[in-house]
Amino acid sequence: MESILHGVEGYMYPNEMELQWSILIVLYPYITGLVAGAFILASLERVFRVESVRPTYRLALLTALAFLLVAPLPLQLHLGHPERSVQMYLTPHTASAMAMFGFVYLWYLMVVLLLEIWLDYRKDIVRLAGSTTSPLRHVYRVLTLGSRDVSEEALRADDRVGYVITLVGIPSAFLLHGYVGFIFGSVKANPWWSTPLMPIVFLFSAIVSGIAAVMLLYMAATRMRGAEIDMRCVDTIARYLFYAFIIDFSLEMLDLVHRIYEADESFHTLDFMVKTRLYLPHIIVQIVLGTLLPLGLLALTQLVKLTDGARRGTYALAGVLTLIGIFAMRWNVVIGGQLFSKSFLGYTTYKMEFASREGLLAAIVLMILPFLILWALVELLPPWTDATAEARHQA
Amino acid sequence: MSTGRREFLARSGKLLFLTGAAQVAFDAVLRGEPTSAPNYQTAEHWWGMTIDVEKCIGCGNCVRACKEENDVPREPYYFRTWVERYHVPEGDADSPQVDSPNGGYDGFPERYRPGDGSKSFFVPKLCNHCAHSPCVQVCPVGATFESPDGVVLVDKTYCLGCRYCVQACPYGCRFIDPRTRTVDKCSLCYHRITKGLTTACCEACPTDARVLGDLKNPKDPIHEFLRTHKVQVLKPQMATGSKTYYNGLDGSVR
Amino acid sequence: MDGSFGHKGHLVRVAALFAASLVAFFVLRALFVPAGFGLYGHYRAGAIEENRLRPVAFAGRAACVECHSDVPDAMKGGPHERVRCEACHGPLAAHAGDPAEKKAVRPDSRVLCARCHAASVARPARFPQIDVADHAGQEACTTCHAAHNPLAPPATSAGPAPPTPGPQGGGQKGGTR
Repeated sequence: MESILHGVEGYMYPNEMELQWSILIVLYPYITGLVAGAFILASLERVFRVESVRPTYRLALLTALAFLLVAPLPLQLHLGHPERSVQMYLTPHTASAMAMFGFVYLWYLMVVLLLEIWLDYRKDIVRLAGSTTSPLRHVYRVLTLGSRDVSEEALRADDRVGYVITLVGIPSAFLLHGYVGFIFGSVKANPWWSTPLMPIVFLFSAIVSGIAAVMLLYMAATRMRGAEIDMRCVDTIARYLFYAFIIDFSLEMLDLVHRIYEADESFHTLDFMVKTRLYLPHIIVQIVLGTLLPLGLLALTQLVKLTDGARRGTYALAGVLTLIGIFAMRWNVVIGGQLFSKSFLGYTTYKMEFASREGLLAAIVLMILPFLILWALVELLPPWTDATAEARHQA
Repeated sequence: MSTGRREFLARSGKLLFLTGAAQVAFDAVLRGEPTSAPNYQTAEHWWGMTIDVEKCIGCGNCVRACKEENDVPREPYYFRTWVERYHVPEGDADSPQVDSPNGGYDGFPERYRPGDGSKSFFVPKLCNHCAHSPCVQVCPVGATFESPDGVVLVDKTYCLGCRYCVQACPYGCRFIDPRTRTVDKCSLCYHRITKGLTTACCEACPTDARVLGDLKNPKDPIHEFLRTHKVQVLKPQMATGSKTYYNGLDGSVR
Repeated sequence: MDGSFGHKGHLVRVAALFAASLVAFFVLRALFVPAGFGLYGHYRAGAIEENRLRPVAFAGRAACVECHSDVPDAMKGGPHERVRCEACHGPLAAHAGDPAEKKAVRPDSRVLCARCHAASVARPARFPQIDVADHAGQEACTTCHAAHNPLAPPATSAGPAPPTPGPQGGGQKGGTR
């Protein structure tokens, strides 16, 4: 605690010198954002019939699942009493956005994601249940739920139900990540967070990060398999990334311009914070490197005819910068919102530990975990096996 | 005083002034034992507090008394109540210099010289026990709530330690107790006020700057106070329904 | 099974699985929601009682006066008349409950009195305050001032009686509200 005192400048209420929400709470909206974004990309194909992105359909769903499974972990590590977290399901306070999330999460996981993945993979699951000789065959058998019916009628029924689920899944994905924005946006005590734009800004930055993540994963995984990257697919994804990014950037600029113009009582302290303690993460990393640069690179690919290789490299670079930039955005919202005093008279610092329960190491492990889970999922339910899966979609 | 006389006075005092049930409770109070509150009806009370900034001398008695009464962690920085010192330079109400060394626990070392055209004063702060509390609103499980008699309390066995309420409080009055890993804050000495005592901070205040008030009691001096003073609450624009009323609150106070 | 549901048997199984989990959820809820939850509001009713169960550290003036009934008389008419006992003497509920075993400790006047009366720019101007070094040097305050009534001469006085209060040192006699 003594070290925190030294990091305080000006006046902070005594109880607010130590930050309440750590890097794990930065990680959480980042992860759920990737889930929502990946799902929106998948829904592009399923609902909006953008068939050029079909090669990424299954990968996007598995990515969403892998990240969704990890999403509660940073929260559990953060809670003072994680063993009591089930209380959110037993006695949810309906006035609290945080409580209602528990149900949105469950809904999204069970009814949207798991069901959609199961329906899309069912034919392969049935086939693998019969053909696999390794112990994995038991897993497939359980996954068939006892039914081996893969007749045309059954598959058509699957397709119809899957369509409806994706349709329902789009607003569900919006809700999943929009609520995170609302968790911050509804806190009137904190002027950095309190704005009706917050859920929308969070949502569009989620879409941007999810699309970028799937794009990068697709390119990397295809390369690792030694297969050919479908450029038509990647070009389309990049175009949607570009559009989403423009909307996201416009929303963030709207918020900024509005704040500067109205210059209410909190403006002076927030302005000072952005220009000093938040200069590197906000101006340099989030805006310049994480938004303007990738936007410029993507615009370049839209305006100038580049070779396939050049485009791939540009997309990869833009994708990585985007992911870094969106992480920085989460950091700036969560950490930035706690660096200034609610008295508007002072600032504190965030002393991030390394090996503690809420430290950097935990954050790194939690960011690696979804990729491990994704790898396992891809092994269990390969997204890119046969042409018959493609044919069923086209039917 | 001899033991005999002491005992006589004690016994007759008790007989005269206390009913049986209350006597049992009062004895337990004197022994320092925790006990329930007989004869206390929550519906008959609506608690608040008045703070007279013009009377506060920044002695820090309230901060020390609270930490003692409520077993608040002594190491900085955990406070159920604290005192701030404001030093407003001449003509510059927008940039007051504020300090609260260890919350005012050890008093305030003198820092300012008289006669430089500035004004200085002390402002005690605590949980405002808001009637429309934003902290109660955001709790995901119902571990913090407003009691029927107007006190915002914490259910320590139910709190998850998610810290959402700490973020939502505009006054900075909540903190996480490192020992229980749950949230903690001023409880308006609920264990005292339900037994007819006043809060520890009001008990220890030498100038009556802090006074507990029961808005439902027509005889409570708070009604006279609110009528005869120009009172304000902190951050009125947040419409929290704060029940901590300040007299003499300067515009520079945050 | 497949025959009776056409080719939707697997969908029925999934639906049944969901229905079963929903039922399980409500059963678990009924079992594990704590008793008394929701009685007065969205919280555990028992929490109110638990918040009342805390030992008291400050007994309050009435408890002190039960035994020390001479003190209010000594304070009458003086500037400390309304100051409660434990404001200076600290928490004494333990002592009030067991006076023989739990002794009270007399505070050191040099430390105690300065807490309120050391001059400070932030203190209200009308409040009696002094520069301690100028006023008392190294002397204890109780040398000249009886703590319970500081403007009356002390019972055993080693020095001169305190001066009669001038226009500034009036103190808060009785206090105004």
